[in-house]
Amino acid sequence: MIRINVNGEERQVDVSEDMPLLWVLRDELNMTGTKFGCGIAQCGACTVHVDGTPTRACQTPVGMLGPDSKVTTIEGVRGKAAEAVQAAWQKLDVVQCGYCQSGQIMSAVALLTDNQNPTDQDIDAAMDGNVCRCATYVRIRAAIKDAAQTMRA
Amino acid sequence: MLHHLIRQAARNGFAEHGFGDRLSLTPLPASSRRGFLKAIGAGAGALVVGAHLPLPALAAEAAPKIVGPADPRPHAFVIVAPDNTVTVLAKHLDKGQGIVTGLATIVAEELDADWSQVRGAFAPADQKLYANHFFGVQGTGGSTAVANSWDELRMAGAAARAMLVAAAAARWNVPAGEVTVSKGVVRHAAGNRSLTFGELAEEAAKLPVPQQVKLKEQKDYVLIGKPDLHRLDHVSKTNGTAIFSMDIRRPGQVTAVLARSPRFGGTVKSVDDAAARKVPGVIEVVSLPVGVAVIAKNTWAAIKGREALAVTWDDGKAETRGTDAMLADYRKAAETPGAGAANKGDADKAIADAKAKGGHAVEGEFVFPYLAHAPMEPLNAVVALNPEGGCTIWAGSQFQTVEQMVAAHILGCKPEQVKIDTQWAGGSFGRRATTNADYIAEAVMIAKAYPKAPVHLVWTREDDIKGGRYRPLFLHRITAAVDAKGDLVGWKQRIVGQSFMAGTPFEAVMVKDGVDATMVEGASDMAYPVANLAVDAHTLASPVTTLWWRSVGHTHTAYAKEVMIDRLAKAAGKDPVAFRMEMLKDHPRLAGVLKLAAEKAGWGQPLPQGKGRGVAVHESFNTYVAHVADVTVDAKGQIKVDRIVVAVDCGEVVNPDIVKAQMEGGAGWGIGHALRGEITMTDGVVDQANFDSYLPLRMSDMPAVEVHIVPSHERPTGAGEPGVPTVAPAVANAVFSVTGQPLQTLPFSRGGIV
Repeated sequence: MIRINVNGEERQVDVSEDMPLLWVLRDELNMTGTKFGCGIAQCGACTVHVDGTPTRACQTPVGMLGPDSKVTTIEGVRGKAAEAVQAAWQKLDVVQCGYCQSGQIMSAVALLTDNQNPTDQDIDAAMDGNVCRCATYVRIRAAIKDAAQTMRA
Repeated sequence: MLHHLIRQAARNGFAEHGFGDRLSLTPLPASSRRGFLKAIGAGAGALVVGAHLPLPALAAEAAPKIVGPADPRPHAFVIVAPDNTVTVLAKHLDKGQGIVTGLATIVAEELDADWSQVRGAFAPADQKLYANHFFGVQGTGGSTAVANSWDELRMAGAAARAMLVAAAAARWNVPAGEVTVSKGVVRHAAGNRSLTFGELAEEAAKLPVPQQVKLKEQKDYVLIGKPDLHRLDHVSKTNGTAIFSMDIRRPGQVTAVLARSPRFGGTVKSVDDAAARKVPGVIEVVSLPVGVAVIAKNTWAAIKGREALAVTWDDGKAETRGTDAMLADYRKAAETPGAGAANKGDADKAIADAKAKGGHAVEGEFVFPYLAHAPMEPLNAVVALNPEGGCTIWAGSQFQTVEQMVAAHILGCKPEQVKIDTQWAGGSFGRRATTNADYIAEAVMIAKAYPKAPVHLVWTREDDIKGGRYRPLFLHRITAAVDAKGDLVGWKQRIVGQSFMAGTPFEAVMVKDGVDATMVEGASDMAYPVANLAVDAHTLASPVTTLWWRSVGHTHTAYAKEVMIDRLAKAAGKDPVAFRMEMLKDHPRLAGVLKLAAEKAGWGQPLPQGKGRGVAVHESFNTYVAHVADVTVDAKGQIKVDRIVVAVDCGEVVNPDIVKAQMEGGAGWGIGHALRGEITMTDGVVDQANFDSYLPLRMSDMPAVEVHIVPSHERPTGAGEPGVPTVAPAVANAVFSVTGQPLQTLPFSRGGIV
């Protein structure tokens, strides 16, 4: 049994230590908001926060998480940055197919938690690991700026 | 043209083409009302309205104000429930293009519903009720959804509204003419009374569907054409609650991955599954005609199990050439005339005459690589065999009727015993619409072999990138000439590639006189008035599977045409916009988008050193689009796309913000693949595997995009695909304006400039 803390709840899973956190979330805990996109940390669809740091769940063996690590997923992300980001995403109708957007939002929340006035270069650096095949990038950029403005106000 | 041909192909039937004798396209029996309501999850007391529009009416250019008769059969497109919700049933797949919102807008407009009470849901698979009128079968594609549903959904909404009005009039005992509807509330002003839709739903459901319905005039629209309407999926897709088929979890569900031949056309020779069976979590390994399936408790175990398989493949019938060798074969084929696709005047003579008399001839060879669709959601489907026979499929289903027929063939049941629960699809770009239901067929085969539990077949990204169904590799050779006055007088074009229609039910009608219409669309029918035009094509066969890919033939024909036009404009000493405008006098809608894009982009204003501006214009799927691209070429010759200006004319616009989103996304799609997208093969094995080698567009690549929509009251046409064809040639022409080097080999990364 492996114990992990997901969205503030202690969970126990009966899996091998090498199983990526992605599959623990999706297949064992039935938390499907975190998406499988590539399996090799190249698309960011599986982005979660581990102790606040954006992390690719597909390349994070569950056994590598420390006993006190706190995992936050799209289902549990809360706070000023999360509220501002989700509101901006909805205000600007960012989504198209929507499959990558959990990961995009988790990356954007991490960016804005650290930096409430990101430049275009900051946005490129924080978001280049998150692929959107619908190419909603124009609106993601606009929504991050909108959310940043909300947070600064 | 494509729509009509697909429809004819569908009428010809899929049975003759490899799906076996059991398959036919005879209409499926209509669902019973009760069964239908159950299928779509509607409760008792709901008003359910549909409309059946005779097909000839769809061909009419002008929308009549009175359309009818409305059909009283249980065609359900709209459900007004006692809880005051209005649910619009979408027969088209939403893979991000926003069609659930679009279709709901059309119904809500005629119904005078309040947008906050409107919901969307996917219609069940039922060819009789939900055929795409352009295809004759249920399916989504060719940017047809709004054009197809426009009339029937306006009628459905208007019919439901009339029934609510009649119910209110009866309850209040007043003439129906005194009853008004606005924002989901039914009113009788004189009596100072009002009722919600929900309060009237049960009574309205008992009334007959009106035989004649009056449709709104455009000036009275309150939802259609309004830019501030939000998508119906904008909340669920930002909080992780939207369900894709990847997220379906049925009781007892197992996960399967499939080992497929590394070479296209290869088959299983032998399997050693001993090690795979020892992987913890692996339940079963089964050999199928399509490969070897590993069935496991979870996805991770299935993937590990597949890694432990030892499969020997028989490459006897497989493609063993690399793409370099294939291209060499294409060049060899291009030395001889192909099958004629267009032949006007005498192109050879016109080009020779122009050269002899002070004009200029320009020659170009264009190479377009294989491209994968790579939707963000890797392909997957859940299949559960039903105890009474048949099965239920949960998938981002795009060709429901085909999938029903293929699944029925595999299981030996009737197509109507195959239920499809369509889910939000995480992208498609054409990939989910196949003529043999490929990945769904695999899932059904595995479910048949392992009937104990619902089976979730999951493709990994590697399966997807290496899995074929690519936009075909194409070679174009073009020679064209302007005369001494600078007028385009001759155009000769040879296109070499694979046909994805060959060997499918579509072949009989899509391939005419040896030419697949989808290989030459946008070239043989080009809008520029060339008196001497010769377009021919060679169709070369390969086991490599190919497919339509967002904007189909226009992905390469528009590119080759528009890059050549810039070279010809330069040869003629003319401005690229002016040269095109001269030739589009008889094409006001193309000229309109070109003029608008040029104006908004500031065409003609001087640019700093190293900056370039390029243009392209094209019609596809009855929609007219022009792009102007601004680029920077740095001192090392590296390019960056700075800004894209798009002008689009797609007729009456239902949701302007969704059209804008499709133009933004279409620009990204076109640029991303032009920069770095290619699938190559070495000795028949695909070189790319994942997003580390099939390089997608990323945030830092994405330019600013400005979208301008031409106001129009023409019939609505598509927006999903037409935003793609002209963006890459506009970028290429912008680079050409700086460097003088035409970009004729794609992707641009091949030339070392990105």
